[in-house]
Amino acid sequence: MTAVLEAQGLGKRYRQRWALTDCTLSVPAGHVVGLVGPNGAGKTTLLHLATGMLAPTSGTIEILGGEPASSPAQLARVGFVAQDTPTYAGLSVADHLKFGARMNPGWDAELARDRIEQLGLDPAQRAGKLSGGQRAQLALTVAMAKQPEVLILDEPIASLDPLARREFLQGLMEFTAGHEVSVVMSSHLVADLERVCDYLIVLVASRVRVAGEVEELLAAHRLLTGARRDPATLPADWQVISASHTDRQSTLLVRAQGPILDPGWTVEQISLEDLVLAYMSQAAATPARKPALETQR
Amino acid sequence: MIEFHLDGRSGVSPYLQLIHQVRQSLRLGLLREGDQLPTVKDVVARLAINPNTVLKAYRELEYEGLAAAKPGVGTFITRTLTDSSLAAHGPLRRELEGWLAGARRAGLDEESIEALFLSTFRATTKEEAL
Repeated sequence: MTAVLEAQGLGKRYRQRWALTDCTLSVPAGHVVGLVGPNGAGKTTLLHLATGMLAPTSGTIEILGGEPASSPAQLARVGFVAQDTPTYAGLSVADHLKFGARMNPGWDAELARDRIEQLGLDPAQRAGKLSGGQRAQLALTVAMAKQPEVLILDEPIASLDPLARREFLQGLMEFTAGHEVSVVMSSHLVADLERVCDYLIVLVASRVRVAGEVEELLAAHRLLTGARRDPATLPADWQVISASHTDRQSTLLVRAQGPILDPGWTVEQISLEDLVLAYMSQAAATPARKPALETQR
Repeated sequence: MIEFHLDGRSGVSPYLQLIHQVRQSLRLGLLREGDQLPTVKDVVARLAINPNTVLKAYRELEYEGLAAAKPGVGTFITRTLTDSSLAAHGPLRRELEGWLAGARRAGLDEESIEALFLSTFRATTKEEAL
């Protein structure tokens, strides 16, 4: 199956600052992908590279097996809702649908009409007069009616209240259940995405820290507690994401394939949120710093 | 038709919660052979969860022989988990209610009751398994 997103050594530099560095990814089709990271991590840059709104400084990126925005046909396959779900304030709801129908060859007018009706939006209402949640739903409706193969959403729910968030995600998930579509959605809060995404990319300080299917990530990462040990004595195939030590105890978050057989460790599963936070704090720690165990000796 | 709900704080994965709810409804006689489960679209539209989560839960139920998918129609219950024992539920529930009232009279709070029940339950299950 063709990858939805395929990046090789992808990077983007704005003047002196690298917004994205050495990004290599291959995201399979048919997923709802959560792109998570703190503000300023490079999420929007990655999404803009994927849509072809930005050109890479280094490396390559392909979307659905082709160069982003390389042809009208390629553009038609990708739906994009920019940050804060923008709409045209002076245009009515009906105008948005008319505009969408003119601009998109594969426009599903029935889907658009049905959704507007279901949402209880007045077609004559100007978008500028809609609530934040309604505007987000309108932007989502336009992107859906385009019938894209991949739907890219940049922080679509960050500015919405909890009820509007839920309603937005309900609509989005209903759409993915009924259509052959992949979704890539960014958020700085993993809690927003926990229920909906089945593939996760964690981006911190312009680098991809971890990416993979949520289920596999949760199965591979485990929290171990036990008597204090020197990290050098740990199995070589363990990837230690975080480690803290008291004078008696060591607490490790490791990524390891297969079961932890050493009975000296108490093994616990971790939540997706803890996993993301661990990668974020790992990224925040400067690589020059000595391991905690060393400094305590 | 049953309606699913999710407990976000339970720590149990959504897919397991869906399976538990079907099994529980089967045990309590709320779902019977031939009943249709909510469509994937309905479940995700209600709970705002990933469609693959629902599909996975339904596949697991199929694997357990509890449900079967009819392409283009939906997923249907094929087996019930209640048997003749359902008739015994009423009297057993009343006995349990009597026991619970006794436990409260003896001064046990909710947590102690739960702990006592679970530890006894586990101990007797273990004995029976031996």
